[in-house]
Amino acid sequence: MNMMTDAVVLEQQRQTSQERPATTGRRLGEVVLDVRNISLAFGGVKALTDISFDVREHEIRAIIGPNGAGKSSMLNCINGVYQPQQGSITFRGKTFSHMKSRQVAQMGIARTFQNLALFKGMSVLDNIMTGRNLRIRSNLLLQALRIGPAEREEIRHREYVERIIDFLEIQAYRKTPVGQLPYGLQKRVDLGRALAMEPQVLLLDEPMAGMNLEEKQDMCRFVLDVNDEFGTTVVLIEHDMGVVMDISDRVVVLDYGKKIGDGPPDAVRSNPEVIKAYLGTSH
Amino acid sequence: MGFFLETLLGGLMAGMLYSLVALGFVLIFKASGVFNFAQGAMVLFGALAMARFAEWIPGWTGIESKAFANVAAFLIAGAIMFAVAWLVEYLVLRHLVNQEGATLLMATLGITYFLEGVGQTFFGSSIYKIDIGMPKDPVIAFENVFQGGILINKEDLYAAIIAAAMVAVLTVFFQKTSTGRALRAVADDHQAAQSIGIPLARIWVIVWCVAGVVALVAGMIWGSKLGVQFSLATVALRALPVVILGGLTSVPGAIIGGLIIGVGEKLSEVYIGPLVGGGIEIWFAYVLALGFLLFRPQGLFGEKIIDRV
Amino acid sequence: MLYRENGQFKTSYRADQQIFPIRQDRIAIILLLVVAFAVVPALASDYFFRAILIPFLIMSLAALGVNILVGYCGQISLGSGAFMAVGAYGAYNFFVRVPDMPLVPAILLGGLCATAFGILFGLPSLRVRGLYLAVATLAAQFFADWAFLRVKWLLNDSPSGQVGVSALQVFGQPIESAVSKYWFCLVLLTVIALLAKNLVRSAIGREWMAIRDMDVAAAVIGIRPMYAKLSAFAVSSFIVGVAGALWAFVYLGTWEPAAFSVDVSFRLLFMVIIGGLGSIMGAFYGAAFIVVLPIFLNQFLPALASTFGLEISTAGVSHAELMIFGALIVWFLVVEPHGLARLWSTAKQKLRLWPFPH
Repeated sequence: MNMMTDAVVLEQQRQTSQERPATTGRRLGEVVLDVRNISLAFGGVKALTDISFDVREHEIRAIIGPNGAGKSSMLNCINGVYQPQQGSITFRGKTFSHMKSRQVAQMGIARTFQNLALFKGMSVLDNIMTGRNLRIRSNLLLQALRIGPAEREEIRHREYVERIIDFLEIQAYRKTPVGQLPYGLQKRVDLGRALAMEPQVLLLDEPMAGMNLEEKQDMCRFVLDVNDEFGTTVVLIEHDMGVVMDISDRVVVLDYGKKIGDGPPDAVRSNPEVIKAYLGTSH
Repeated sequence: MGFFLETLLGGLMAGMLYSLVALGFVLIFKASGVFNFAQGAMVLFGALAMARFAEWIPGWTGIESKAFANVAAFLIAGAIMFAVAWLVEYLVLRHLVNQEGATLLMATLGITYFLEGVGQTFFGSSIYKIDIGMPKDPVIAFENVFQGGILINKEDLYAAIIAAAMVAVLTVFFQKTSTGRALRAVADDHQAAQSIGIPLARIWVIVWCVAGVVALVAGMIWGSKLGVQFSLATVALRALPVVILGGLTSVPGAIIGGLIIGVGEKLSEVYIGPLVGGGIEIWFAYVLALGFLLFRPQGLFGEKIIDRV
Repeated sequence: MLYRENGQFKTSYRADQQIFPIRQDRIAIILLLVVAFAVVPALASDYFFRAILIPFLIMSLAALGVNILVGYCGQISLGSGAFMAVGAYGAYNFFVRVPDMPLVPAILLGGLCATAFGILFGLPSLRVRGLYLAVATLAAQFFADWAFLRVKWLLNDSPSGQVGVSALQVFGQPIESAVSKYWFCLVLLTVIALLAKNLVRSAIGREWMAIRDMDVAAAVIGIRPMYAKLSAFAVSSFIVGVAGALWAFVYLGTWEPAAFSVDVSFRLLFMVIIGGLGSIMGAFYGAAFIVVLPIFLNQFLPALASTFGLEISTAGVSHAELMIFGALIVWFLVVEPHGLARLWSTAKQKLRLWPFPH
């Protein structure tokens, strides 16, 4: 990431924003995810220090910040991959100090990963089908016999997954092992797998990293469509300032594990702390 | 009480021998990330080479001195182990860089079978003796403190001392020399080490050579004690729990793990064995290591594996 | 040319999801089954049955079980011999102690014993992985070695340490001749292979593969690693246990614990790796390779030696076998680490185009 370019973009955006309304026209609901005082440390390294922010239903919340700011770690805390030393996370009124991954999935929070984390040995179709796992009811014996209810259930889930495949426009690759696909398509499969979980909240970790302009536009379109059609709340980590400022309702800025900004894109973009972080003055 | 101490000491010394074999595993794993199942076969091969050459050399050279035969046999066997190490790197490891653990494990298993076959073809498959002048008679110590004294097997004692010396040398090698540092870099990440100019192939040859010498010394000691026979290869299987207990990447772990396993085996055989039918030695070490693993999955001194997502 | 999929369009998900979606594959499998069930029994000699076919069938079954654990779920296991032993001795105890126990239920109960054993010794997989897990499974192997040697109750207090069964029959039909044994094993193998194939292409199979490929991501999706791993151990050890019971009852007749030593575990692992990890067909290829190889060498080596005018003793042959075996394993791993199954699917890819170049 080129920090100088981002600073330039911020500057340009500030100038153009004066000509454009600052809202996105989305109807935001109540607070659905509330993160309070999360602190996370690995040995001596403090990844997160006293982070608090909230996410409203149906909004697109962006988390931005320089590399190493702790953004992925934050998502990992929400998902139960890391256990924070302090703090709590409240989802739909239920508060937890430690999230368990399966519980989080059952509550309706899905995510994509910065480094993909796809199941390299399986095809695209199978990867996305794993996202349906929580909803599959047949037990081992029925699956072994593959008759009647087990077969019908498999077909039902196949239909749902096929709709996701259509939505993401990857029909031609459904039987290809994901390891053989180019990076941009793999990212779509990652998104598809998260969507298969029918999530209420979607955590996207740099979904557009490494993409060219066209691919980014496609990905933006998918994210916006998901938010529009299903009302899915989106928490988005992203480095591309243009995308962030364009599509998000509110932005959280992290730097070195601390929160240095929180608010609508306009407010954040003129926040001197944020600008300093991206320009990289001495810490 | 005297009997207990005797068993304890016996266990400690047996444990030292296990450590010696375990060291070979740890060395190769530290440097190349390869879990070398063939270590047992290497111990056997080294011992076979030493035994047969010690037999043949007086015939070839006409020199009757046993000491000369032993030393010459050791050197020749050492050279053979170096050759084996080089061949293994050249023919096998080089082509399997970055394969997953199971594949490498299978490859070393294949090498095990191969070495066993070759060893038996060239050196024969009967039981052979290694006689390096280790005293076989036991010594009775501490007669004033305990009634009847404690029986200490002198051979075991010497073996333990040799093993301890070997371990000390290796520890210094790893921690203090630049080659040792290079080895640790290679163990961490083959490709990264390669990219900063560490000669991967040469490092692996060095490591396998060192492991080969360790195997030879272990083979010499065990062979002198038990006679060189096929079952020596299974010694490796006995040493595995030691490696697991101590941690795959830790030299001190191999020592301490060996001592714990040695003592545990002897004590359990004496005190628990009669209750359940005897012969529990074959699995006790494994179950003990297993128990430890459940509390510390990386072994006593191993490195914790952190997943990055 | 022959293997073109052109024109074979699927109009329903059910059709797309069947086990053999390509018509040529379906024809091939039907032919294979016909040959296996009808042609081979008519043509094969007694020796061929006893030395090659029956061991091949039983070992394929065992390799299938091991492949589910190692290939699909990614848990290295060096203790498969122990699971076979538990299946064998479990079936034996049910067979001789329960009056009028029929054969097939006894074998299946033996499999269930192996399942319990497998789940118990699979528990470490929840804490450790990779090589540490491999060594933990060796604990199962050595424990079983000891138990079937020393715990007399398990042997029905047999004084010699050996146990045996005789006069096997199914639904009144005796299983004495080579052909009847062959059919018995073939039927069991076909049924279990079908069930296994169904499992690996369903949700549970995907769970296993997800755990194998990236267990952290699998947890985030909501897969329970504990359930997935233990179910893999359970299913795998059931199949391996049944294979063990068959090996003991049908192939050996009388046996002692050494029949299921750590050597067997290694052999099974070789079969799975050479055949191809994560492939049901791979189990068959691997088993065929490992069963046939020693026999082939046994016949071939003395003949080869005599063309050079050399004498080779039986000891020499067995040493040479070890060497060639080891060398072949290494060669295979270097050349095609994904095993014969991958070689076969590469060949099929080429067949899709043949005789055209591209």
